[in-house]
Amino acid sequence: MNLDQFKPLTVYTIYIASTPEKVWEALTSAEFSRKYFSGFAVEVEPKLGGTFNVRAPDGSEHISGEVFEYDPPRKLTVTWNVNWPDLVEKLGTTLVTYEIEPAGEAVRLTMSERHDRHLSDDILSGGRTGWPAILSGLKSLLETGKAPQIKMSPPMKMLEALKAMAIRTP
Amino acid sequence: MARPEFVYVTYIETTPEKLWDALTKSEFTKQYWFGAEVRSDWKVGSPFALLLDGETTDSGEILEADPPRRLSYSFKHQKFEELRGEPISRVVFTIEPFGALVRLTVLHDGFVEGSKYLGAVSNGWPAILSGLKSLLERGKVLAIPRAALNKGFDAK
Repeated sequence: MNLDQFKPLTVYTIYIASTPEKVWEALTSAEFSRKYFSGFAVEVEPKLGGTFNVRAPDGSEHISGEVFEYDPPRKLTVTWNVNWPDLVEKLGTTLVTYEIEPAGEAVRLTMSERHDRHLSDDILSGGRTGWPAILSGLKSLLETGKAPQIKMSPPMKMLEALKAMAIRTP
Repeated sequence: MARPEFVYVTYIETTPEKLWDALTKSEFTKQYWFGAEVRSDWKVGSPFALLLDGETTDSGEILEADPPRRLSYSFKHQKFEELRGEPISRVVFTIEPFGALVRLTVLHDGFVEGSKYLGAVSNGWPAILSGLKSLLERGKVLAIPRAALNKGFDAK
């Protein structure tokens, strides 16, 4: 995989009153992710080349990939491939990177979603709608001890754009 | 090519009224906007100014004011020489109830391609709005150094 071909098409930065270690844990453990990520469980094998999965509340593997950069508690890059038939073949691999940097008494978390080809705003709208909700919830969880329930509607624009590309969606 | 604009969405456990106050009252902005005060009577056509340490850094006029739903003002930088030549931009705050939460969308547009000002605001807004969320949810802001705003004028 040639990293130079991957460009960040969605970037979201958020500051959290926490430590890099706690932000890392919240991003990589199912116990935390279920609380802020609509019940989804993040499972990371903690090493370079390890497996990366996001399991839906029904237990199915919604996203699978592998650990591409592993530098706790500073940087994690994973391949983030949604398990819908033909999706990866037609849209290419998605890379998600979390960068965690101390910023005074807070931590700056930057999420970049990178792709190796041009994708339409409609295709990208799924992530652009989802990330702010997920990371707002993560921030609340770490700062107040509870994650608000942010109930998202299905990303219709994205689903229609996938359908137009003959990518089957559930 | 993406449009030269900045969009940020955040979900906050608060009410639209409290969020409106937090955006329009200096007693709040001073806490999360790195000490900045906002000056306006928030009526369409009225002047708007942002002051840091008593000095106007940005100014404009109120374009839309529909409390507690939508607020928009024009925004022209006054402080840094290298940003002063850029065109007048626009900030739009959209406040929507979202279950027990409020969704805040900030759109800052009106930039030219390759704008340094866009780079600066792209670094600034996430720090400001993260502080705003913390202030409303836990009554306390984040101690983020002001340097976070000046990470450089180029967007990451």
